[in-house]
Amino acid sequence: MRNEKATFGQSVRRVEDRALLTGKGRYLDDLQPPGCLSVAFARSPYAHASFTTIDKDAALAMPGVIAVMSHADLAPHLRNDRLVVGLPSAAITLKVDRPVLAIDEVVHVGEPVALVIAENRAAAEDAAEALDIDYEPLDVVSDCRAALEPDSPTVHQSHDHNCLASFGFSFGDVDQAFADAAHIVRRSFDVHRGAAMSLEGRGVLAVPPDLDGVLSVWSSTQTPQALKTQLCQMLGLDPLGIKVRTPDLGGGFGPKLVTYPEEIATTAAALKIGRPLKWVEDRREHFVATAQERDQLWDMEMALEADGRIRGLRGALIHDHGAYTARGLNIPYGSAVTVPLPYNINAYKLDVQVVLTNKVPVAPLRGAGQPQAAFVMERMLDAAAETIGMDRSEIRALNLVRADQMPCVKPLKLRGGTNITLDSGDYPATQALALDKAGWQEFPARQKAALAEGRYLGIGLANYVEGTGRGPYETVSVEVQRTGRILVTTGAAAMGQGTETMLAQIVAEQLGGDMANITVRTGDTTGSLGFGGFNSRQTVVAGASAHQAACTVREKLLAVAADLLEADAADLEIVDNTVALKGVRGRHLPFADLAGAALGLPGFKLPGIKQPGLLSSDQVVIDDMTYSNGTAVAEVEVDPRTGQVCLLNFVLAHDCGRMVNPKLVDGQILGGIAHGIGNALYEQMVFDEDGQPLTTTLADYLLVSAAEMPQIHIVHTESPSPLNALGVKGVGESGVIPTAPAIASAVENALAPFGVSITSAPLSPQTVRRAVRQAGGAA
Amino acid sequence: MERHPLNLTVNGKPYAVETEFRKTLADTLREDCGLTGTHVGCEHGVCGACTVVVEGKAVRSCLMFAHQAEGMEIETVESLEKEGELHVLQEAFAEHHALQCGFCTPGFLMLVKGAVERGEELSDAELRHLLSSNLCRCTGYQNIIRAVRAAIDTFKEKASAVPEAAR
Repeated sequence: MRNEKATFGQSVRRVEDRALLTGKGRYLDDLQPPGCLSVAFARSPYAHASFTTIDKDAALAMPGVIAVMSHADLAPHLRNDRLVVGLPSAAITLKVDRPVLAIDEVVHVGEPVALVIAENRAAAEDAAEALDIDYEPLDVVSDCRAALEPDSPTVHQSHDHNCLASFGFSFGDVDQAFADAAHIVRRSFDVHRGAAMSLEGRGVLAVPPDLDGVLSVWSSTQTPQALKTQLCQMLGLDPLGIKVRTPDLGGGFGPKLVTYPEEIATTAAALKIGRPLKWVEDRREHFVATAQERDQLWDMEMALEADGRIRGLRGALIHDHGAYTARGLNIPYGSAVTVPLPYNINAYKLDVQVVLTNKVPVAPLRGAGQPQAAFVMERMLDAAAETIGMDRSEIRALNLVRADQMPCVKPLKLRGGTNITLDSGDYPATQALALDKAGWQEFPARQKAALAEGRYLGIGLANYVEGTGRGPYETVSVEVQRTGRILVTTGAAAMGQGTETMLAQIVAEQLGGDMANITVRTGDTTGSLGFGGFNSRQTVVAGASAHQAACTVREKLLAVAADLLEADAADLEIVDNTVALKGVRGRHLPFADLAGAALGLPGFKLPGIKQPGLLSSDQVVIDDMTYSNGTAVAEVEVDPRTGQVCLLNFVLAHDCGRMVNPKLVDGQILGGIAHGIGNALYEQMVFDEDGQPLTTTLADYLLVSAAEMPQIHIVHTESPSPLNALGVKGVGESGVIPTAPAIASAVENALAPFGVSITSAPLSPQTVRRAVRQAGGAA
Repeated sequence: MERHPLNLTVNGKPYAVETEFRKTLADTLREDCGLTGTHVGCEHGVCGACTVVVEGKAVRSCLMFAHQAEGMEIETVESLEKEGELHVLQEAFAEHHALQCGFCTPGFLMLVKGAVERGEELSDAELRHLLSSNLCRCTGYQNIIRAVRAAIDTFKEKASAVPEAAR
């Protein structure tokens, strides 16, 4: 099939940008319906406490205050007190679903306790502060390792322990692998990931039924379908009686994929008082009430042959789950299966304990457990290389899954039970590209010269494999409308990645290449079955459906034109939103005419098509995930006296299959790397022993700014995925996964003269300085 | 809370509103002037999403009360596009993929607008220092840096293309 004007694979400009650049974006808080009231939540100031009464009198007497609602007030309007949003798992032994509003116990700072409605947000916040709640503080579980001690207090009064789930992975004969190994390396790691920090927080607007009898809910969510389902279940609504939509999202990065109590409570309250209500999360709330990823503690052992080949890997992971189940076991599960993926490992055993703490619930951030896994595996390989006396790149090249093994079935299963199969790629070649670009071979000379000046340079590397394109499907409908304009409708949800552009490129590729003639509506919850945006999935699953739908519409378009032009479809081409007879000037019909003809006329046969209309709605089902891969190389300078780490250079060579838009791929990678640099050096969600969060402003919790970003060099390679017609893979989380381990590797390398071992992230100056001191460094 | 009359001049247009003394300029622009292009990201002066230009200087509109801005010239992102034509800075951001979710973008545009329009010769370190005033969670900044550089160059070219007499 000839493409009239290629858009697939081109670095075209985004269709989203004009509105966003001119201040015409419509984010949640930009929606200001007449008569809308503001909501603020009174939130627990304690990590663990019980309460019996909420005295509202003072709050209700304040100016502008309309209502105050507690759990007791909302309960009659709810089918369930608790919001059940966790993915199912037989391993979960404690049921800890979140209440819509706290009932009689609060289990983390920031938990919503009461909802205040007022004429404006400031008045609502004043009133929320004026509520008198008789909290009785209880013992707090603030450390996920201590939480497992038999005499530990419990996160919930109703449970007698804190271990939400224990499960494990095991393949091969691990004991044998260790029994006669030439080398055994042991390390323990404390890997922290902080919070998402989308620049726009969460938010919800609920407008009670008006003329059309339909409740309208707008939410800054990555999963509008899931929200609609939850609202229907929780509020007892018929799906026809509610419309859920997403405005422009000011970033997502994972946590917005969960349905939250505030969304249910605000909607229930709007129905109760019959007025539009809006709640917009402020930054402090984002720190205390939006899901985070936080802490994983790993104890690991690796067994190796004398030549550096890995014989086996075993260990244990303790994962901080927070106080409630907001998503399920997917993060520790993802971490556990990701550890051995890039390498040939015949024996693996990992025991996982998922532990409750009195902290805000944990749910996926960009990477969803994979960055921690890469940190652990890559640190272990560095330790092994040091023990054996090998170059860090050589031990990796020796163990990486090779191109001739593809597709490579791993003895691990996805959470849905299908086998993990690495589908394509040449991992050693990708690593070689990264090393070459970063000047790995020449680095020792640079390092030596710097050291002669008293400067400590280091270089480090890390490989990753990213599971992308989580199935099973996403609906995409393509229609040439009566006006000639192409409408693409999908359940795929945009959060800033360029989803609309991606889909427009894939559709335009089949339909003449004019992206300006395409409207993309994402986040559809009326006619599109699907799931939304997470897990680097949408280019794969929505992309596959868009491609199929566009191909079908193309066939129909040509069939109708062939009939009307009395020509063979093979002699037709699409030019400037018309279908034209090749090489014959003036013999063409505009899309609008063809769309009109395709609707048919009473009493006449349809022109060349069996079903009316130029439309197709498709759900290409893809159960297996497709795996992107890559290698990061970081070069740093470390000041051993202050512990400061300065990034000098950063290279990422990667392979995400065929790229729909290389410029957008770069954008995803650059953003991911910035987030990874934050995880490596700056971002730490700090709690004290009472479970009080100490980092609740952007002055305490440090995001990377332009000043900290090194020049980043990206090297693209494309190994098409065999799992979908376009050969695409996901890339949204690729940049974040190898970044912290590459930087840790570089810092350890820089401080090699002191014999420092890096086993935690983030590497704050204090952490680095402490490591130097503990290693006996005189500096 | 008592509201007090206030006259603001935003993008050359007068706005007569009534607000509490405690209301920030950011909230007033958004809620009382209907100019929702200015975004509120942290409300404590760190992220810079709310950056607007007041009397020629980039300021955090979340750290300024609206009543403090009375009588001053305020410019917001809505002023950049003129008669359907994008500002060179907006063009450069689109061309270099310097925005993703777009939430921080108006703040960045207003932060660097002055430097672009003055054709400032900024070293790489100076440009990074300027841009480090604001936070972006999507782009990793590299494309923002590229876009601002390109915009400075384009603006200078355009300015030098204007005949002397017309300046």
